[in-house]
Amino acid sequence: MPEPEPHGDPRAADPRPAMDAITPGDGGAMTLATGDARSLDEGPQPGVPGSGKSRSLWSDAWHDLRRNPVFVVSALVIVFLVLIAIWPGLIASGNPLQCDLAKAQEGSQPGHPFGYDTQGCDVYTRTVHGARASIAVGICATAGATLLGSVLGGLAGFFGGWWDALLSRIADIFFGIPIILGGLVFLSVVTSGSVWPVVGFIVLLGWPQISRIARGSVVTAKQNDYVQAARALGAGNKRMLLRHIAPNAVAPVIVVATIALGTYIALEATLSFVGVGLKPPTVSWGIDISNASVQIRNAPHMLLWPAGALSITVLAFIMLGDAVRDALDPKLR
Amino acid sequence: MEHQRDQPVTLLDVRDLQVEFHTRDGVAKAVNGVNYSVDPGETLAVLGESGSGKSVTAQAVMGILDSPPGRITGGQVLFRGEDLLTMGAETRRRIRGAKMSMIFQDALSALNPVMSVGAQLAEMYEVHDGMTRKDSRAKAVQLMDRVRIPAAKDRVGDYPHQFSGGMRQRIMIAMALALEPDLVIADEPTTALDVTVQAQVMDLLAELQREYNMGLILITHDLGVVADVADKIAVMYAGRIVETAPVHELYAAPAHPYTRGLLDSIPRLDQKGRQLYAIKGLPPNLTAIPPGCPFNPRCPMAQDICRTDRPPLFAVAHGRASACHFWKETLDER
Amino acid sequence: MGRYVIRRLLQMIPVFIGSTFLIFFMVYALGDPVAALFGDKAPDPATAARIRKELYLDEPLWKQYLHYMGQILTGDFGTAFNGQKVTELMASAFPVTLRLTLVALLFEVVVGIVLGVLSGLRRGRSVDTTVLLLTLIVVSIPTFVSGYVLQFLIGVKWGAVTPAVSPYAPFDELILPGVVLALTSLAYVTRLTRTTIAENSRADYIRTAVAKGLPRHRVVTRHLLRNSLIPVVTFIGTDVGALMGGAIVTERIFNIHGVGYQLYQGILRQNSPTVVGFVTILVIVFLLANLLVDLLYAVLDPRIRYA
Repeated sequence: MPEPEPHGDPRAADPRPAMDAITPGDGGAMTLATGDARSLDEGPQPGVPGSGKSRSLWSDAWHDLRRNPVFVVSALVIVFLVLIAIWPGLIASGNPLQCDLAKAQEGSQPGHPFGYDTQGCDVYTRTVHGARASIAVGICATAGATLLGSVLGGLAGFFGGWWDALLSRIADIFFGIPIILGGLVFLSVVTSGSVWPVVGFIVLLGWPQISRIARGSVVTAKQNDYVQAARALGAGNKRMLLRHIAPNAVAPVIVVATIALGTYIALEATLSFVGVGLKPPTVSWGIDISNASVQIRNAPHMLLWPAGALSITVLAFIMLGDAVRDALDPKLR
Repeated sequence: MEHQRDQPVTLLDVRDLQVEFHTRDGVAKAVNGVNYSVDPGETLAVLGESGSGKSVTAQAVMGILDSPPGRITGGQVLFRGEDLLTMGAETRRRIRGAKMSMIFQDALSALNPVMSVGAQLAEMYEVHDGMTRKDSRAKAVQLMDRVRIPAAKDRVGDYPHQFSGGMRQRIMIAMALALEPDLVIADEPTTALDVTVQAQVMDLLAELQREYNMGLILITHDLGVVADVADKIAVMYAGRIVETAPVHELYAAPAHPYTRGLLDSIPRLDQKGRQLYAIKGLPPNLTAIPPGCPFNPRCPMAQDICRTDRPPLFAVAHGRASACHFWKETLDER
Repeated sequence: MGRYVIRRLLQMIPVFIGSTFLIFFMVYALGDPVAALFGDKAPDPATAARIRKELYLDEPLWKQYLHYMGQILTGDFGTAFNGQKVTELMASAFPVTLRLTLVALLFEVVVGIVLGVLSGLRRGRSVDTTVLLLTLIVVSIPTFVSGYVLQFLIGVKWGAVTPAVSPYAPFDELILPGVVLALTSLAYVTRLTRTTIAENSRADYIRTAVAKGLPRHRVVTRHLLRNSLIPVVTFIGTDVGALMGGAIVTERIFNIHGVGYQLYQGILRQNSPTVVGFVTILVIVFLLANLLVDLLYAVLDPRIRYA
């Protein structure tokens, strides 16, 4: 008896396997919920009974991740970013709001490697301090959207019925609104310019994506033979969800959430750039890029440093998610 | 070895074929020196459990091995005396489908879901015979008639999912036989079907084989199917052939403990009420095949020699061979 | 097939109502358009009340919504507060954005699919790794950064194209903005195509096609591509909305007077009829694009057609 496959073959149940997963925010994450039909057939299988080292999905993934340079590098970058988000003073002792107009747009000089911006603020200090807003928005918005989305989507997938239908329609409605457009409309009436309205908005438009993924993977997990067996043996709903379904459905959600974190950071910067996200005195890469964009012909350094920091941050989270997906998805090995 | 190599060239002659798979857990030796041959009109049944290498051997013969991770590391596949493994890719492609073809186990996944069955059949004629689309469509209808699909003319534009399992497998057979190949490899052709349909499909295949005088390699784990249609049997275990014999001789008196185990594990009406025999243990991990005879950990007759010396194929009788140090004892035990 | 179309059309209705109501709710319930109209001055209470009456602002929100939708269905999108008809604004803005989106879509589809197929067929080789890495980098750079940088490099430094687009916005001036707009989606299309190609190239029916002795190019074009492009088509359909939303940023960078520009102006001035009108049209475009995708899907995949 081979071990139960982690996922059923979706082709049998759903001829549109990739549908649920395709949203602009999740990159290539659509491959997760597919079992490898080929390995059932013949040929050597890792973890063949008798090999004596059948490992769990998670320890297998961790084993892979530790050896994956992409994972290691992006994880280190993220740890660094989180550290300077909490204690920016570690590497930039200056005050990002203390500026000297006399030095406006000056280039790199000793002690001020990134030069000055239009207001004469030190670009290095502002770039370092800008990490806090980005990381805070990214983490809070992802936590909110993931919590809301996976609970709603998971319950919809588990119970099905009218609740499932209703939730899918509601998610459709939110998908019907292009996200930057919604941000413009929603955030233009909130003038506080702090982190929280932005987080709230991203959670509001971000949860349907997570909920679709969670719903899809719960539905797939529910169809697994051993879950059916547990049900036949009279396991209660709560036990079913927590013991049998959640552990199997959580992997795709984690992957999508990690990648979403990166895109949320980019979204915050975009909203701040358009003028409806964070507002001064909050220090944000989006605001700085927006201000610098006017002067790009005269002083490109003002734009390139915060833009580079933003891109590297987003890249780190997306690469992390990508590496985790590769590790959790044995299909494309 | 009991190969008749001095005779006029055999249709297919597989010699010392070796295939490896490179996996994360190491190199899996899926096929370790397999020899078998098929003559025109002859049916060879290849018998074995999952992972015994029977399908991998067939894929290597067809040239459709997934590579990577699979790799042919040695041996020859002689088709009418020519080695397919050293042949140019284009020459080999022209043989595939036209001179030798394959029937797969699960027709639902083996047929293209977004192409009508007619188009998939017609494609054979368009590619290999350069036929026009119109002519090839007409041939496709004939072909569907030939495998007894009712109302073939109306159904030629239908898609695989619109057919029943049995009908789909008939289409699979039609596709394999479209160009009247010399050799057909059928990989578990009836395993995915209902028991009632299995016999019909098998009969159709046997009938067409006789009509076209094709060589047939029938890969299966179903001993019942084998007894009716095969001429000779090759039993595989851990990537090796452990016994070859004409079908009736093998059924009457197996010369390898593994074959005996397989035969004893068939439920039989005349032994109703008795406990069914089961081979103990599990097939070996192909990344770490035990030294000596690969079957020794599961063998009821294993002695010290079995744990140290790998048995070669001993000639047992004319056309029979067994890879067991104690083939005589095994034969006598019946 | 007919029933399938009707079912899809019916499913669109609640989504349309929900999305437009949501936007309507945000614009009208959260902001005060009358106060915005008067700017910093305190409005004369009588005038304010009259305007409210005219705009049905004194009615409950759902009545306002019904009233507004009723007007829209008769082709009356209302008047912007500067006196211009919203439909006039639309007539000038939508063709521009449509051209921009078309350029972006074309670029995204052609380059994305070609790159995706190339890397999917060579999974694990250097081409694949390079393409994957490039797409990750492209996804990580927000549009407004890549937009300014490309505008600066190509438009200003090398002078290859005009950095700003003229008001009429002909196709050739929209190439660079279109590329900028498409970049992120292009990366997604590439990755998605690569994934489905890589996945399907191991499918049983591809093995069958090889066993049939088909030449490689026929295996790829007839068997692999058609199966693999089904999810890609879906993505591109849903992406139309993202492109039109993204146009807000791109149009701002290149000073293009399209939908994004008008919307931005409308929002800045809390010009509710403009905002709701434009968004309603965008939602309709988005839904129609999705419907088109569903139909295309049914054409490409017979399993849907006959379900």
